[in-house]
Amino acid sequence: MKSTMSLVKPAMRGLLAKRLRFHLPIAFGLALVAAVAFKFTVTEPRKQAYADFYKHYDSMKEFSAMREAGVFESVRPTGK
Amino acid sequence: MAGAKVIPNGRRLYCNCPFCVEIVRNFMDSSSTLIWRMLATRVFRLVGNRALSTSICLRGGHGVAKVEDYTLPAYFDRRESPLPDIKFVQQLSPDQKSLKEKEKGSWAALSKEEKIALYRISFKESFAEMDKGTGEWKSVVAGIFFFIGFTGLVVLWQRNYVYGDVPHTFDPEYKQKEVQRMLDMRINPVEGFSAKWDYENNAWKK
Repeated sequence: MKSTMSLVKPAMRGLLAKRLRFHLPIAFGLALVAAVAFKFTVTEPRKQAYADFYKHYDSMKEFSAMREAGVFESVRPTGK
Repeated sequence: MAGAKVIPNGRRLYCNCPFCVEIVRNFMDSSSTLIWRMLATRVFRLVGNRALSTSICLRGGHGVAKVEDYTLPAYFDRRESPLPDIKFVQQLSPDQKSLKEKEKGSWAALSKEEKIALYRISFKESFAEMDKGTGEWKSVVAGIFFFIGFTGLVVLWQRNYVYGDVPHTFDPEYKQKEVQRMLDMRINPVEGFSAKWDYENNAWKK
């Protein structure tokens, strides 16, 4: 048994501050990374997809195709 | 006061009504001293006289009440209260008694085995032993898996013997007509359902 050596006094104060100083930057960083990742994997591709869809969209052609398929109640398919 | 009775502790009864006289007469009979002693014991207990052993209780004429084990201080191994109320070993063997005598001297004279023996007299398990995991979690997880599996069997049986047929809307032909109608309506044409259909070639996009 070491009777002459004494143990180092443990930290008594500032424990929460020490933990926050370490974890808060990490938390904010991760949150920022998550937001940026979502923007560039979800929102930007989605905006591009809509832009591409409507660049060459012919609404009358689509309407005629839907009318012929018989999904409307206001207009019947042409003929008969 | 005419007819005032004297009670054993020297006080005088001032009320001569039949009830009080009757009570005093009962106190005056053969067990009176015992009853007064019982009352005195109660008063002592209230005052908190430590000299009187709290495990002795005089009940009117019956003697000493049995001391239950659970009423005495107990030994327990717990991390949050490291020093239990009593030592672990209460009845010391002759070896242990001599060791306790040796403990009264200089501790540097004790060998390592003797120090450990003294520790084991006072405590049942060391901190390492009491904190050790039990492996109970394996039984728990095994039980969880077993009962989930059993529940699966129950659900299977239920599907076969309890539930009736599904609606006609689940038939493959009906489902096909549903899909065709969804494509005709251009459901989600930008990113979703109809976006995956090739309208030129009448097939799903590769």
